[in-house]
Formats: sequence, C-alpha cells, structure tokens
Amino acid sequence: MLEIQDLVKRYGDGDPVLKGLHLSVAEKSVTAVIGSSGAGKSTLLRCINRLVEPTSGSIRLNGMELTTLRGRELRRARRRIGMVFQGFNLLERLTVMENVLAGRLGYVGFAPALLRRYPQEDVDRAYGLLQRVGLAKYVNTRADALSGGERQRVGVVRALMQEPEILLADEPTASLDPKTAEGIMHLMRDLSAELSLPVLINIHNVAQAKSYSERIVGLRHGRIIFDGEPGALDDEAFDRIYEGDEEAAAEALGEKPRGPAVSA
Amino acid sequence: MSRAATEGFRWRKPPFIANPALRYGIWLAVAAYLAWAVSSIPIDPQRIVAGFPRAAQIFGGAIPPDFARWQLLLSGFLESIQIALIATAVGVVLSVPLAILSARNVVPVPVYVLGRATVITARSFHPVIVAIIFVKAVGFGALAGILTLIVYTIGFVSKLLAEAIEEIDWGQVEAMQAAGANYLKVLLYAVAPQVMPRQIGLALYQLDINLRASTVVGIVGAGGIGSTLMNAFGRYDYDFAFAILIAIISLVFATEIVSGRIRRGIS
Repeated sequence: MLEIQDLVKRYGDGDPVLKGLHLSVAEKSVTAVIGSSGAGKSTLLRCINRLVEPTSGSIRLNGMELTTLRGRELRRARRRIGMVFQGFNLLERLTVMENVLAGRLGYVGFAPALLRRYPQEDVDRAYGLLQRVGLAKYVNTRADALSGGERQRVGVVRALMQEPEILLADEPTASLDPKTAEGIMHLMRDLSAELSLPVLINIHNVAQAKSYSERIVGLRHGRIIFDGEPGALDDEAFDRIYEGDEEAAAEALGEKPRGPAVSA
Repeated sequence: MSRAATEGFRWRKPPFIANPALRYGIWLAVAAYLAWAVSSIPIDPQRIVAGFPRAAQIFGGAIPPDFARWQLLLSGFLESIQIALIATAVGVVLSVPLAILSARNVVPVPVYVLGRATVITARSFHPVIVAIIFVKAVGFGALAGILTLIVYTIGFVSKLLAEAIEEIDWGQVEAMQAAGANYLKVLLYAVAPQVMPRQIGLALYQLDINLRASTVVGIVGAGGIGSTLMNAFGRYDYDFAFAILIAIISLVFATEIVSGRIRRGIS
C-alpha cells in the first residue's frame, strides 16, 4: 500500500512541479499515470524512491514514511521499491546476469559484489526470472548486445530481483517500437498479478494505458485531475488532461507526431 | 526569389575578435613583445659559428658508435624498463582513488576542490624537476626514478580518468541507487565498467610515456640508462654515448609499435 499525501516538489524558485498530490495505490494492481510532458509524472515517481527529493508532504510505503529516511535507512527502503527506466539504464558493458544480479546490490556485501559471488538462491532466482521472460540463453551476453525489447525485459527482471513491494516504471515503453512496447506492458501486467505487486507506470500512450491498467491517474500541471477506471476516461476527461497541448494529445492517442508545418 | 533581390549582397567571414581596436591592438602587442624579446636576449652569431666545430668534434668522436660495453648498456636499459614498469603499475593504481576524489559528479564540492588541487600540484612540475627533488631526498639511483615517475603517472592518469568519470552515463548510477546500492557498490557497478576501457588505454599510454621519461630522469641521477648516458658524456665517451642514444631511439620505436598494437586490439 502506497500512500502519498500533500506531496509538493519545487525545483529552485520556480513554480512547483507537484502541487500537493494525494494518491494511494493498493495491492496488486497496475496504475497508469498519464499527462503531457512537464505535468510532473516523472518527478512523482522519482520522489517515491527519492531519486528526487520531495519539497514537502508524506509518502508511506506499507506504513513506513519514506520522505525522512537518510543513509542506510534510505537504501534499505529503496530495496523495497523496484524501478524500470525509460532509457533502460542497464550496465551496458556488463553481462545480462550481472545486470540482473545488480538488483541484489542492496542485500549483498561489498566483497561478494566485487567478486560476483552472489548467494546461490539469488542466482537461481535470477535464472528463473530470465527464463520467465525468455532471456535465459543470454545470461553471459553483454547488455549492450541486446535489442530494445530484450534490454527492457532485463530492466524489469533487475527490478524484480529486489523482491520489491512496489514496482515503479517511468515511461518504460517510450524508447520501444509499438509492438515491443505492447510486449513489455503485457509482461508487467502479468508479473503484477503473479507476484501480487502494485505497479505504477508513467506512460504517454493512452491506448496502452487503457488496455493494460486497472486504474488511470491523469496529471496536469502538477495536480491530479483525473483518477478512475480506464472506462471512465472519456473524451471530455482526455481533453482536460491534454488541453492546449495538441502535439502531446496526438502522441497520447498513438497517432504519429506531426512535424511543424512547413510554410512555403 | 528574384535575382535582383540577391544582388549587391556581399559577404565576408566575421572576424574572430569583433572590436577592430582590440584586434589590431593584440597583433601590435605581440609584434612589440617579440621585438623586445629578441633585442634583449644576447644572440651572438659569433658563438653560433664557434659552436659548429665543437659539434663536429662531438659527432666525429661519436662515429662509429661503440657497442663494446654492451653489458653496461644492457643493465642500464633493463633498469630503465624496471623503473617504468614499477612506476606505471603503482601510479595507475594510486591514480584511481585520486581520480574519484577529483571527479565533480561523484564527490561533494569541497572534496572535489581538494582532489583537483592535488592533481594540479602533481602535474605542475616537469618530471626532471621532480627527479632532482627525489634524488636530493632519497639519493642517486632507481628509487628516485620510480618515485618521480609515480608522481608523473598520478598527475596524468588521475586527471584524465577523472574527466572520464565526469562523462559517464548517469542513468546507470541512478539505477544502482534505486536498487539500494551504497556508494562503493555504485562505483563498482555503474562507474567502473564505464571508465575501464579508458583506464586501460591510459595505463598503456602512460607506460609508453614512462619508458621515455625513465631515460630522461636518469640524466639527473635517477637511475637507468639516462645515468649511463650522463656518465658517458662526462667521460667524453662520445662513441659510447651515441650507442646509448641509438638504443634509446630503438626502444622508443619498439614501445610505439607495441603499445599501438595493444591499444588497437582493445578498442
């Protein structure tokens, strides 16, 4: 259970990016966060695992307040929060297995990490998950040799190695072609069900958000202006979320983004 | 567009320094300084002319080169190579922590300033000057040479490694932080693999440089073939000195070829 209360994030002296957000995410569900770029989706996710420092407000994960943690406490809390990134953020020059085992870095000591001597149960779990996503044959392949979809599956498996209590995904499909993107969304939805894991996904493709999530949260200018089932997201709600940003709206609908008009 | 509209448009490359007074002023200042510099240093053509016969004498004595004392030559040589190898190995290892301390993106600002200051200090003196200091401190011989080249290696490698660290893809660091990894483990997994190829390249390049420098620092007494060379000059053994020079040039060629091959093999 993730409970966010009155979350504010302000960079420098500017207008806050998040203006007092309230959001709670229950167990075992996929929640999609939509909104045009600059709405605060990424900041919201990064505040949860403190890659971005919240300015004020409260974030609780299964009862534990996250915003005040420091040092070792913070690292222990981060182990419980898996994250999948838009740019995959894999350790490009290391093997797939090293990437996946890196998800255990919060648990193992320095020497085993240095020597790549992970507990056998970690290796078993890693191999099992890689099999589950169809990448077992690549254990010793370098991450930078994989295709985009394969790389993101490694990213998902790495996050799951943390045995997280929640999975955050920041535009996990934005760097992928539509077909591969569907595969990743499918995978995350299935894993959410299999592992009883709440998943919070930032996504700009509303069609994908609708078909793979049980709940949609619409963000605009740092405020939640829509929160409901995918079916409740009608044209009127869609227009409110993307009002004034036609390019983002077109992209959100899965239409090809149009280039700027060329005047002769 | 009609042709008429483009007529009369003349283009010149805009000057690098826009202000004409400043532009010509700089040229004038450079010319004035050069004129003063040339006039103030006594350049005596007579001395240059007198130098030719002496040079002829030296070269006359140097040809043919004398390899008779090849054992002395070889032992000096092996010592130079030892100095270079040991100094490179130790220096490359020591440069890693210093590089981390002087990379802006992985340490707090005060640490960064201190680290950079240390690197700049290590780089501020030519190895010959450092060698003179170490010869005074620990006496003649290979140890002084090794210490000198360690300082030289640290200055060079840690600066460039720090720059490599500053250019890494930060996303990998974020991913490791998000997994709950502590500082050292983030360095180990997200930073080290990204800068490793660079560090290997730097180590090889520095070995190349140190092999040359080890012959030079010997001249001020820091051991190796340079010391042998200096002794030969001191005894007017120009033919032996010439033999040593030929050997040094061969070494430099050999290291150039070998290190070039290795670096190509890695990248």
